[in-house]
Amino acid sequence: MIQVAAAPAIRVQRLTKSYQELDVLRGVDFEVPRGSIFALLGSNGAGKTTIVRILATLLKADAGGAEVNGFEVATRAAEVRASISLTGQFAAVDEILTGRENLILIARLRHLKDPGLIADGLLKRFALVEAGGRRVATYSGGMRRRLDIAMSLIGDPPVIFLDEPTTGLDPQARLEVWQAVRELAAGGTTVLLTTQYLDEAEQLADRIAILHEGRIIVNGTLAELKALLPPATVEYVEKQPTLEDVFLAIVGADGSAVDGSSRSESKGL
Amino acid sequence: MTNHFLGDTAVLTGRSLRHVTRSLDTILTTVVTPIAMMLLFVYVFGGAISTGTDSYVAYLLPGILLITIASGIAYTAYRLFLDLQGGIFERFHSMPIARSAVLWAHVLTSLVANLISLVVVVLVALLMGFRSGAGFLGWLAVTGILILFTVALTWLAVIAGLSAKTVDGASAFSYPLIFLPFISSAFVPTETMPGPVRWFAENQPVTSIVNTIRDLLAGRPVGADSWIALAWCVGILVVAYVLAIVTYRRKIS
Repeated sequence: MIQVAAAPAIRVQRLTKSYQELDVLRGVDFEVPRGSIFALLGSNGAGKTTIVRILATLLKADAGGAEVNGFEVATRAAEVRASISLTGQFAAVDEILTGRENLILIARLRHLKDPGLIADGLLKRFALVEAGGRRVATYSGGMRRRLDIAMSLIGDPPVIFLDEPTTGLDPQARLEVWQAVRELAAGGTTVLLTTQYLDEAEQLADRIAILHEGRIIVNGTLAELKALLPPATVEYVEKQPTLEDVFLAIVGADGSAVDGSSRSESKGL
Repeated sequence: MTNHFLGDTAVLTGRSLRHVTRSLDTILTTVVTPIAMMLLFVYVFGGAISTGTDSYVAYLLPGILLITIASGIAYTAYRLFLDLQGGIFERFHSMPIARSAVLWAHVLTSLVANLISLVVVVLVALLMGFRSGAGFLGWLAVTGILILFTVALTWLAVIAGLSAKTVDGASAFSYPLIFLPFISSAFVPTETMPGPVRWFAENQPVTSIVNTIRDLLAGRPVGADSWIALAWCVGILVVAYVLAIVTYRRKIS
């Protein structure tokens, strides 16, 4: 295949982790090529967050290896942290600060020049210019998520972890987040995404791995995964709009980009 | 990454100080109870308490200052707990920063917030007729002891903030600390207390600290109490710091 010199952005080998009696990870293996979107799909409690926390140096594995951007997580934590950004399951933003102050805070902590300029650029990119001066406590769930992801982009880390980025979001906010993730990957960032939504993995990921009871049971492209199923049969069905289509058609009329992108997506399918 | 320790601590301290300045009610609720107690004791009970001094405000102010600190540090535990809860603690920890800066920022913020509260309480005491015969060095020594006591109790608050399961739990630990000055020489001379209570009062940290501050503010020479007070402060500081770091390590591993 196309095994070029560049090592994979993420390499996980025989990773195990238990909490007391509970074996959360029982030997997980996978690799994520640079610049791709990799989705870890699994139900609640499958161990997705545990993998992300180990890769983000927040948790130590019991055994096995994990490398991010060529650095072993257990021994080169500082280099790993310089290579990644983590967007956790709950938007980790400071509610008392404004959106702009949140961005400046992260830029300062990454020791970048011109934190104000970086903040303004990201506010524009994530359509938060007007909200930028308001306290985050007044933001909607979607705005928080966008700010959260914007904060993760500061310093252009080569690898980004998104742990269930759309859980608890309404359909519109979900599409906004998807758009942000696509732009990230288009810019060459490697994205490891965890999700419990099948369509999210289908929409975004170059490769999908299904984590079940602490093991990866399937790993491949969407086409490869589909090939595992019984061959498709051709049926003629009248295509009714889904409730999501209806919802977005009615609510998305506020002239936001969401409406346009959702339409092009449904055409693409 | 430790070469960023000072810069990162400064940035994160700036952040949590904004939390303080944007919710000034935290300063208000910190000072309101000590001030109310001061009013109550001076104008209601004070006339019936004989301390052998002419100014009861001057007598009780040191104890009130310690109560102010004890209720102020509860907010440190509270803020730390919310950081852990909200995930921003993990965000900071997954970044290439000096990790210890995250805790130190909370400690420094606590120090600043408590110093503001202490100044407010002293100003109210001045309005109530408190006058000090202490010189510059005396005030410097008082400030030093209060800072030491604040930092020591703040590390206790860090333990509470790191190990709490609920918001209420995070601040509940401070109630006994607020109560401790009542069984000390803070409000009444210990000589009037019955045996075991008196023994406890005379051998717990608040009494020696209160006596030292009282002597310093009155411009009197400080006795052996000052060394005991210092030993208590440093002792609590060291033990609380070590326990806090152990709790922290356990939390993040």
